[in-house]
Amino acid sequence: MNDAAAIIIRAVQYRFDGGTALHALDVDIRRSVITGLVGPDGAGKTTLMRIMAGLLKASAGQILVDGLDPVTEAAELRLRLGYMPQKFGLYEDLTVQENLDLYADLHGVLGPARASSFAHLLAFTDLARFTGRPAGKLSGGMKQKLGLACTLLGSPRVLLLDEPSVGVDPISRRELWKMVGTLADAGMTIVWSTAYLDEAERCSEVLLMNAGRLEYAGTPASLSERMQGRCLQLRNIVGSRREVLQKALRAPEVSDGVLQGESIRLVLRRADEPPQLDGLQAGPEAYLVEVRPRLEDAFVDLLGGGPGGESVLAEHMPETRVDRGVDAAAMISADALTRRFGDFVATDRISFRVRRGEIFGLLGPNGAGKSTTFKMMCGLLAPSSGTAQVMGLDLKTSASHARRQIGYMAQKFALYGNLSVAQNLSFFSGIYGLRGDIQAKQIADMVRVFELQPFLATQAGALPLGFKQRLALSCAIMHQPPLLFLDEPTSGVDPITRREFWTHINGLVEKGVTVMVTTHFMDEAEYCDRIGLIYRGRMIAAGTPDRLKQQATRAGEEEITMAEAFIRLVEQDDGQREELRA
Amino acid sequence: MKRPGRIDPRRLLALCRKEGYQIVRDPSSILIAFVLPVVLLFIFGYGINLDTSSIRLGLLDEDGGAEARSFAAVLAGSPFIDLRVGLSRPALREELENGSIKGMVVLSSDFSAKVRQGKGEAAIQVLTDGSEPNTASFLDSYLQGLWQVWLSQRASDQGLKAPTMTSLEPRFWFNPTTVSRNFLVPGSISVIMTVIGALLTSLVVAREWERGTMEALLSTPVTRAELLLSKILPYYLLGMVAMLLCVLVATLLMGVPLRGSLWLLFIVSSLFLGSSLGLGLLLSTVTRNQFVAAQAALTAAFLPATMLSGFVFEISSMPPPVQAATYLVPARYFVSALQTLFQAGDVWPVLALNTAFLLFSAGFWLGLTALKTGRRLDRDRVA
Repeated sequence: MNDAAAIIIRAVQYRFDGGTALHALDVDIRRSVITGLVGPDGAGKTTLMRIMAGLLKASAGQILVDGLDPVTEAAELRLRLGYMPQKFGLYEDLTVQENLDLYADLHGVLGPARASSFAHLLAFTDLARFTGRPAGKLSGGMKQKLGLACTLLGSPRVLLLDEPSVGVDPISRRELWKMVGTLADAGMTIVWSTAYLDEAERCSEVLLMNAGRLEYAGTPASLSERMQGRCLQLRNIVGSRREVLQKALRAPEVSDGVLQGESIRLVLRRADEPPQLDGLQAGPEAYLVEVRPRLEDAFVDLLGGGPGGESVLAEHMPETRVDRGVDAAAMISADALTRRFGDFVATDRISFRVRRGEIFGLLGPNGAGKSTTFKMMCGLLAPSSGTAQVMGLDLKTSASHARRQIGYMAQKFALYGNLSVAQNLSFFSGIYGLRGDIQAKQIADMVRVFELQPFLATQAGALPLGFKQRLALSCAIMHQPPLLFLDEPTSGVDPITRREFWTHINGLVEKGVTVMVTTHFMDEAEYCDRIGLIYRGRMIAAGTPDRLKQQATRAGEEEITMAEAFIRLVEQDDGQREELRA
Repeated sequence: MKRPGRIDPRRLLALCRKEGYQIVRDPSSILIAFVLPVVLLFIFGYGINLDTSSIRLGLLDEDGGAEARSFAAVLAGSPFIDLRVGLSRPALREELENGSIKGMVVLSSDFSAKVRQGKGEAAIQVLTDGSEPNTASFLDSYLQGLWQVWLSQRASDQGLKAPTMTSLEPRFWFNPTTVSRNFLVPGSISVIMTVIGALLTSLVVAREWERGTMEALLSTPVTRAELLLSKILPYYLLGMVAMLLCVLVATLLMGVPLRGSLWLLFIVSSLFLGSSLGLGLLLSTVTRNQFVAAQAALTAAFLPATMLSGFVFEISSMPPPVQAATYLVPARYFVSALQTLFQAGDVWPVLALNTAFLLFSAGFWLGLTALKTGRRLDRDRVA
């Protein structure tokens, strides 16, 4: 039986009132390996997970998990299955030990097995020091480990992890990865759902899902193989890399392209048919190098290639003007920005400057002080000391005037879901002070630029994801702000929508708009001109993406990824703190 | 999964213990279970008072004759009337308008003459403040009574045979001193039990959904019966402790008599708590959202318990359709049973009827909750 599939899915469908979450899925999931279930929000990952766990009943089709039907043989299956839902399924007001006790009782782990399981799991997760701490007071990474420990208590044969890495920093993510790897080596079948394609790349098998359909099932390597010879990097660019990217995306040979630090990553439609370098105007020194394909390249290719490089929005937006007296080198500036909450120092003397037409990224683990910094820069939170300024205006003293200069787009689209698209546009233009003819013209322009016409009467909450993102962006920029603040603008969005979004942002930047963005997508960080890495309330590193990567690269090593650079810089900082304490 | 599944005592205990920790560590549940009842009890016990104390009444005596003075003396002598003698109609009317008096009596200039002719009614005018109908109608009937008494008194003084009058001497059974606290406090206990039962529990299942722990629980070998019992037992215990607290405060601190037997009180309260818990759990199970569940619990449990239970508002004086609606409110039976137990004692017919209704109601709500508690996330019923 060992070579048979652990999970067999045949023509499984899931329909609900509002539509179809899964279209006839056919796939086998192999035993004793980690299978990545990958796709953007709304792809159907969680639905499939829940069907496998017997928490939802498929509308049609058949499914066998470890030889059992999750609906009719649920009781038996529950003894063999571990399922960790999103948010880890922990009781936040119970301590680590109490959570473990509860799940041990529920899974029937008793007697001597209980003590040894606890000892083993606490050592495995390195939580032995925290048994008395309420789960709510643990960091994201520790919660994740505890959630895993509770799930593992029944010694399951099949382990389902639903987005275990959401809200967890890259370091904890890597640790979890190692732990789960050990389990797979010991024979456990693991399904790991994720929106991060770089994470999926390390799975033995991946199931790529989009909009309820399975786009690919197989090893990441064989998927990447299709892309062999089609992934290039354009290096040594002189001049604006954004303009070069735009030109490259116009070239018929190119199917997809993104910024990677100083370079541009290009995916070709056919291997060995690169675009003409002359046409890209990347400067005399520019050259193309073949690079290892990533899963994301393959995913975008599967979905039909990137959206192209034209931003109708940027064409429509006028060049931003800078009033006299405003320092173009410090459109946004933070000076020793400190915020305390009681004894807790959320941000500790954070300073940075963003010049006109620059994209500045704030990067950091959850709870590091990223959002606190962001809020102070928007004038939503007063600093305890230090100053936050935009265009020379202090956000403490002239917050409302300063805020008029800012376009703000929040995490997960802060739109009114039950207002129509037209109502959202009219409301947001109204609160930014647009009236009369100007307001009508701006709304009409946004509708034209973002092709919102067919959706004007649709409730914003019911829009397709891509259009939701367009609407959110249009609401943020209707008043043509010289500054744009983006708070995790693309979390949970598919790679195509994400590319389209960044095409617009790049276009706006070319028009002189200054952008500050927070993100936890490491490859997205590479779209930034400069990055500030925030950790434990301090900015532990700042510079261009390439510089940060260099800073973290060890002698004799090839170029490392942004995620790896992030982990190393954070670990270096931890090391320095340890030394200081010693 | 048609059958709810067997109950494993160890799992049930583990779930109850978890629930217990959550209750103890969540300040809001302590607040709702222990602080709120006492506060409510004090508000209902001392803050709200339905007893009629002395009513301010204006008197304008335009006659000034012996008869008028005699009647005025009767008014002034009444313990329920605080008599203010006015000098003119406009002055008194103004006082009536600004609410400093609740009514006025005018004895016209021919009062004594008319009384002597036996036509006194024509010469006395009573005006009451209709904006407070209860006070107004009380005043009206009280003044009529006084008037009759005074007339017959006068007749007998003059040696005339008084017009036949039935002497009415009110005697209130079960609450001899007619202290409203004695029936308000048992009534308010029912409101408190509703709040604890429905409001507190409406939050607990929804919270598990919102925090994603329900998914984790459902993927363990827990059975439906265990899940349901783990939500009922701890909150039943909490509710009964709160009930005990209320009874102690009411009897020891507020001096409300408890004439019925404790074990009956226990049974009646348990049943009511059961139906209240059932309603709360049902709302929470169906809405899966704490905010909506709490709103629904307030509307579906708290408001009917206050308005339609007969605790403040007399059911018999409601319009018939509303009266009919009160039969659907479990609090109605609990209030009736509590008021009986506290003030009258073990009156079997009343208690048996109320207990039967409470039993039905508890079974109904808990049964519906059990039906709606699925072992899966699908909204539809367990297949």
